[in-house]
Amino acid sequence: MDINFIIAAIMTVVGISTPILLAGLGELVVEKAGVLNLGVEGMMLLGAIAGFAVTVYTGSPWLGVVGAGVAGALGGMFFGLFVLGLNSNQVATGLALTIFGTGLSSLIGLSFVGRIVAPFSSIFPPELARDPLLKVIFGYSPIVYFALIMVAVVAWFLKSTRAGLILRAVGENDLSAHSIGYSVVGVRFLAIAFGGAMAGIGGAYFSMVITPMWAERMTAGRGWIALALVVFAGWRSGRLAVGAYFFGLLMALELYAKAAGFSILPSQFWAAMPYLMTVVVLALISMRDRAGSNAPACLGRPFIPAT
Amino acid sequence: MRPTHLGPIYRGLQLDAKVNARLSLFGITKRFPGVLANDNVSFEVKPGAIHALLGENGAGKSTLVKMIYGIMQPDGGEIRWNGERMTVSNPKAARKLGIGMVFQHFSLFEALTVLENIALGMDAKIPARDLENRIRQVMTQYGLMLDPHRIVSTLSVGERQRIEIVRALLLNPKLLIMDEPTSVLTPQEVEQLFVVLRKLAAEGCSILYISHKLHEIKALCETATILRGGKLVDTCDPRTETSRSMAEKMIGGGLKDIKKVDGRTFGAERLVVRGLNVPKDGHFGVALKDISFSVRAGEIFGIAGVAGNGQNPLLLALSGEEIVAEGSAIAVDGEAMGQLAAKKRRLKGMASVPEERNGHAAVPDFTLAENTVLTARDRLGMVNGGLINEGKARTYAGEVIAAFAVKAQGPRSLAGSLSGGNLQKFIMGREILQKPSVLVVSQPTWGVDAGAAAAIHQSLVDLAAAGSAIVVISQDLDELLSLSDTLAVINEGRLSRPMAVKDADIEQIGLLMGGIHGDPTAEVGHLSEELAHAHQA
Repeated sequence: MDINFIIAAIMTVVGISTPILLAGLGELVVEKAGVLNLGVEGMMLLGAIAGFAVTVYTGSPWLGVVGAGVAGALGGMFFGLFVLGLNSNQVATGLALTIFGTGLSSLIGLSFVGRIVAPFSSIFPPELARDPLLKVIFGYSPIVYFALIMVAVVAWFLKSTRAGLILRAVGENDLSAHSIGYSVVGVRFLAIAFGGAMAGIGGAYFSMVITPMWAERMTAGRGWIALALVVFAGWRSGRLAVGAYFFGLLMALELYAKAAGFSILPSQFWAAMPYLMTVVVLALISMRDRAGSNAPACLGRPFIPAT
Repeated sequence: MRPTHLGPIYRGLQLDAKVNARLSLFGITKRFPGVLANDNVSFEVKPGAIHALLGENGAGKSTLVKMIYGIMQPDGGEIRWNGERMTVSNPKAARKLGIGMVFQHFSLFEALTVLENIALGMDAKIPARDLENRIRQVMTQYGLMLDPHRIVSTLSVGERQRIEIVRALLLNPKLLIMDEPTSVLTPQEVEQLFVVLRKLAAEGCSILYISHKLHEIKALCETATILRGGKLVDTCDPRTETSRSMAEKMIGGGLKDIKKVDGRTFGAERLVVRGLNVPKDGHFGVALKDISFSVRAGEIFGIAGVAGNGQNPLLLALSGEEIVAEGSAIAVDGEAMGQLAAKKRRLKGMASVPEERNGHAAVPDFTLAENTVLTARDRLGMVNGGLINEGKARTYAGEVIAAFAVKAQGPRSLAGSLSGGNLQKFIMGREILQKPSVLVVSQPTWGVDAGAAAAIHQSLVDLAAAGSAIVVISQDLDELLSLSDTLAVINEGRLSRPMAVKDADIEQIGLLMGGIHGDPTAEVGHLSEELAHAHQA
């Protein structure tokens, strides 16, 4: 195994992990506020098509990423309107958001099929980004660095800021937070919007970086892996990053197995691997810790204040 | 300036012109769909006074203080603060005025630290280090010791209450509202709390103390306002009243004593628990360790203890919801029950009533008749060949309703439509009329009005007199002292040695509830010293 292969492999894993890392970070914040949003996949697809469309019209991938974030956030706010404003069931509404996002992105995407967008130019000098060795550090899309910075930002926000403390309090005991005088609905709405924006940017990574073209349902269920990742990480952002790269490794195995003509197991098996691992990991975690003691206590429960 | 619509109570109120009241309420009225929670309530609290607000569950005490603290708005009447009329639009506004409140159910965040919990309750943004210093200062000043960096879920109930008190005291309140503060404390913790409250009052802070425990009010308060059915029925000086006279004002009628025959003798041992061990369930669970006791025919066995010390796992192990590894650890009339499921245990005469009425003891969306099928089907033959005999179920539900004076439309009314007290009477009746050999009940009168509580107590005494063995698990020590023949204390999953109630020592029970094991005499002295020390601090 030569050094070039290892560098290529690392770059594949980091790239393929970035969308689930972004979406997972967003969902982590949402769940810490006590809301379970199963619409991650839908918001990712909305972000994917919005990012692509904005880039096509403006020619600027930077604006495209902003557009993806806005679209994802709008999808999340739509979800928030139902679960917070009308106290609808979070699981059912989240599933509906996924179906809605899949459908709407396909509809809008019809007119973009076959078009190609300009990729991001590197934010580092080309000598660094194209250097055969140093590109393992400098050779990625700006979204990859954004995701890594966000890991630290989310960890710092939740642990050290007052706003983060309030957000955790809302997820831990909504009625108490309400009785102290915090706006439970307001905090949750903002968290959901943030989660949507992160999922949207994660989705845009598919349409703007991995394959700079639009295809229906191109996120291929990665939103569900992001959801499992949050549980896997025990609602901690550092562990979420480790988990995301672990799942990225599994997903990369499929590509390499296919490319190497690895025929002991059919390629479908490798493709199914991350999803199988999701099930196995979740089962192992629930066996180890029956109560799921790290989970925010109010996760998934509607907030109904006593009058 | 006096509003003209106010009722006779206001006219009878003595307004002291010299000492301005800190808080005055005039004709406060609050209406909920179908209920008048507060009906024209007027009273005032003087600076530095410890003022009791007394009433049964549902008398409207909590609603009233929620309006003072700004959680709810009154539909009518006015609130004056230091003589000035004002609307308290939210708790933040209340705290700004200098009103602090310690809730009955703590508004704490289990997964956060003491410091984080207190920081959340502060309206002003204070850097964590300054806040910690101020917290330590308040703690030493009032002798409320706590480690600010402990996670709340690892603290005892008494310690959690201290967080709430410290949180309120950090705001230098002029009025502190305490909502049923002692319902979960050991007698010693109650004493410590009273020391803090008296010290606060001496410094000029008014205290509005909500309770239905009369001996505490007699010991602590100089004025008591009594509410019944949302109306103010009397204002009195508790120091000159007897507990009985206040209780009668509170329930609006004569108080019935439990009729217990003196000098009863007990029969053979019916329930024997020997070396019962249950591993802990989940992260925050409590394991049961080597629990042993026996209950004879005709005996009521009380299990006291502060909530969360293993009462729930014990009830589940006794009811059969949790199967016990050692089958012979639980035996009824000599027959091992530990390995049997709840259904089999019921058939063999071992019945139980859990603490939670809705969703555990009864299905709220089922009719009363359907609810009887759930626990009485085998013993009373309500199911034949897989089909429910509805007639039989309805007849039995009717019998329970009649025998226990349950206020319900009939066997077809939904369990969820009954008030707490009536549903509890029905659930108890459902088990008692099956004439179980052993009955295990948890919190039989939790959140139940005094009339229903008396009826439930009497029915347990009668069942024991008929030869059943009864276990009552309760946090209400007064209830256990008046009801049971024998008493043991559960603490951290261990059960103390049983003692006869007639020669039980309340201080010793309190120490056991607080977690003093082993040879009590040796450690009692030690802790008394510690308490005395805390009082001086």
